[in-house]
Amino acid sequence: MADWYTNFANSGFGTTVTKQLGLPRPAVLRRYEPGRPLLPGPVVIGSAGSGRLRETLTRVVTDAGGTVLPAVEPDGEKPAAVLLDATGVTGPGQLVAAHDFLAPAIKRLRASGRVLVLADPPADADSPATAAARQALDGLVRSIGKELLNGSTANLVFVPEGAESSLASPVRFFLSGRSAYVDGQVVTLSAADVPTGEDADRPLAGRVAVVTGAARGIGAAIARVMARDGAHVVAVDIPAAGQSLAEVANEVGGTALQLDITAADAPARLVEHLRERHGGVDVVVHNAGITRDKLLVNMDAARWNSVMAVNLQAQLDITEALLAAEGVLRDGARVVCVSSQSGIAGNRGQTNYAASKAGIIGMVRAWAPAFAARRATINAVAPGFIVTEMTANMPFGTREVGSRINSLQQGGLPVDVAETIAWLAQPGSAGVNGQTVRVCGQSMLGA
Amino acid sequence: MATTRKAAIVGGNRIPFARSNSAYAQASNQDMLTATLDGLVARFGLQGQQVGEVVAGAVLKHARDFNLTRESVLGSALDPRTPAYDVQQACGTGLEAAVLVANKIALGQIDSGIAGGVDTTSDAPLAVGEDLRRILISLNSAKTVQDRLKAIARIRPGMIAPEIPRNAEPRTGLAMGEHAQLTAHEWQIGREEQDELTVRSHQNMAAAYERGFFDDLVTPFLGLSRDQNLRPDTSLEKLATLKPVFGKALPEGAEATMTAGNSTPLTDGASAVLLASDEWAAEHSLPVLAHLVDAQTAAVDYVHGGEGLLMAPVYAVPTMLARNGLTLQDFDFYEIHEAFASTVLATMKAWEDPAYCKEKLGLDAPLGSIDRAKLNVHGSSLAAGHPFAATGGRIVASLAKTLHEAGPGKRGLISICAAGGQGVVAILES
Ligand SMILES: NC(=O)c1ccc[n+]([C@@H]2O[C@H](COP(=O)([O-])OP(=O)(O)OC[C@H]3O[C@@H](n4cnc5c(N)ncnc54)[C@H](O)[C@@H]3O)[C@@H](O)[C@H]2O)c1
Repeated sequence: MADWYTNFANSGFGTTVTKQLGLPRPAVLRRYEPGRPLLPGPVVIGSAGSGRLRETLTRVVTDAGGTVLPAVEPDGEKPAAVLLDATGVTGPGQLVAAHDFLAPAIKRLRASGRVLVLADPPADADSPATAAARQALDGLVRSIGKELLNGSTANLVFVPEGAESSLASPVRFFLSGRSAYVDGQVVTLSAADVPTGEDADRPLAGRVAVVTGAARGIGAAIARVMARDGAHVVAVDIPAAGQSLAEVANEVGGTALQLDITAADAPARLVEHLRERHGGVDVVVHNAGITRDKLLVNMDAARWNSVMAVNLQAQLDITEALLAAEGVLRDGARVVCVSSQSGIAGNRGQTNYAASKAGIIGMVRAWAPAFAARRATINAVAPGFIVTEMTANMPFGTREVGSRINSLQQGGLPVDVAETIAWLAQPGSAGVNGQTVRVCGQSMLGA
Repeated sequence: MATTRKAAIVGGNRIPFARSNSAYAQASNQDMLTATLDGLVARFGLQGQQVGEVVAGAVLKHARDFNLTRESVLGSALDPRTPAYDVQQACGTGLEAAVLVANKIALGQIDSGIAGGVDTTSDAPLAVGEDLRRILISLNSAKTVQDRLKAIARIRPGMIAPEIPRNAEPRTGLAMGEHAQLTAHEWQIGREEQDELTVRSHQNMAAAYERGFFDDLVTPFLGLSRDQNLRPDTSLEKLATLKPVFGKALPEGAEATMTAGNSTPLTDGASAVLLASDEWAAEHSLPVLAHLVDAQTAAVDYVHGGEGLLMAPVYAVPTMLARNGLTLQDFDFYEIHEAFASTVLATMKAWEDPAYCKEKLGLDAPLGSIDRAKLNVHGSSLAAGHPFAATGGRIVASLAKTLHEAGPGKRGLISICAAGGQGVVAILES
């Protein structure tokens, strides 16, 4: 499933060639497969500061079938993941403890290993020194991400006081193969009523999930992953894409709904469809998106308007209609909006697209409290360079550069975006709200 | 099996209709019917499910397609244990299939079923001439090399030309259009009213596409997402420029009025309709768009009886109305299949004609006229095209949706003429 270069670089001959020429040596990433253990090896957990999460973390790992190493020995068993509980750091002086724990552990880290740091949110700090220490962890984690080799990733989770019960789902995600292409990310949790007891292999069992733009590309991958995780998928795309939409729906045992999401009556039709056919909806993935690239000075209103209509306005209108329709958006609903790296970093020729995708980030942040009040969540996912039919048509040079300028030295796959979305859609992800998670292999753009 | 129940129409699916030898030139009947079933399965989430029966057919059919519908089911996402059979009643095939499924549902023999139809004029079966066919059969049964050589030696170059199926009535040798032109002449159907009906069909269908009416009735196929024959910008002026294409059989001096514009072109396509009991629909959380209330067939003696080839529905409708205690005006929508614009006009004129209604239909009073604003409101075959066996399914699904949109208690009439002097008509009610 990796791209040709990654396959080549990992072949016998390719290894020799790429080593001698000093070319990037992208790793074959560890990706999630149902039924396989969470991690291919044990977890080591350390602390900096007073640390209030150690017990919770140990329980999360063991509940997920993982084992915890008491310590890393220079020639002992290699850890597959390194967890640092940095809650309780009160000043920069305590950060050296982070260094002391992480350095030997990362040295022994297995391929496709995981470094996950947990800390209190800087914004909640009661002194500048505490805020500084907490914020310092952000720079630490991002730098570790850039230093790690062999498909390993580093991410940071801020855990406010009282949000400890939200921890299990994010920790499982970041340790598992579901987060293969999520690197250098920061997620801030919130306190929530987190349901427990979901089936780890079918966390979306019994849920109805709408996926827009599902006829191909990332949307089709989202439909597949959602169905694999147990959801009934309502696959939405424009009528003209109906043939492949039907193929996707039939493949995943879902249903096809041909609908242009920008039509004036689209929100009403979708709401009615969900009410009539499913009695409501649990998960909505706003994935449909288009590009109409031109430099701003050359861009006509049609290009601007069509991109805004599909990428941003339709997400707003449909979400609003779902919120307004009595009983349609079910208790514990999850809305996930697909943004883009361009919405974070900007991109030449994509003023319209980047504006629409940045707008999504603002939208989910603003809506989060209202969703929380309904025991629901709304989040965004911002893909980086994802290998699709679309990118396959790019000129070779653009494509190769685009796919290598990230810490994992490769493009992501549609399934990587889909896994992150499916994670956010899980009932257990109740404490992840208003966040934008990049799926970009720690891209250098906009980081 | 005590009482009967009315079969519900849950929804439908068709592929856009293509002009002959165009977008679907490489597609077989089985390809098109399978894709249509798969689109229906996707729309209603029927993957791996068994429906009571799938009934469909094709008018132009290869010998190898003897089990066309069952083979299509096996190639589809439906449970392979779903039984299926083929029917054929010329252009009435699709509606007749729906009636057959509805009747079994009504009797409680099945709880759900799919009715459909498909036709290709691009991948039509070719037959060899009778002489060659006999030689080939004896070649096949020859036991010795000598016998085989003898058989081969009997083949003459002139025998090689294949027989292409023609759109002609076997008993009169006249194309269907020639028959329709005779009827148009008899009923004095003018060129302009035919062209007007044609323009309205295109405009109605184009408007329906524009407002998304077909979003849940059509699934694109092989790059086509709308009917290829549809001309949203057609006009009376444009149609007026077309030359008549039928009229060989007209009496001296009679005006030929039927053109390629106001007649349906040869078309490829397929359609399917999902029918069920109300309970089955409710169990599957599927809507009931309408019920199939009643149906009727009729046939006319167009060979010796002096009746027009396509006039059978004119006879079928009053029988069905009487049985249901209805008048022709008791409907909110009318779907009269536009084989030719003149057919629709002659049908309506016959129902308005006191003498004809008395003498031919045996009625005390004429059936009367119908409100044109209720006729083929989302376009019909002149705009969509007419892949023979697929037309019935197109009409049933579109009318059921039209009735559903209009609200409960609305009634629609379907009238479809067919080759061989036959007609199939039905009543749907929301
Ligand atoms: N491919 C990448 O590298 C990448 C990177 C960042 C973000 N994204 C985003 O991911 C999403 C999916 O991208 P993709 O690469 O799979 O693109 P894609 O073009 O392959 O698929 C997008 C789908 O959305 C559908 N769509 C477009 N307009 C629609 C409308 N009005 N109503 C309903 N459906 C509509 C299209 O028909 C298509 O099937 C988009 O939002 C895109 O902006 C992609």
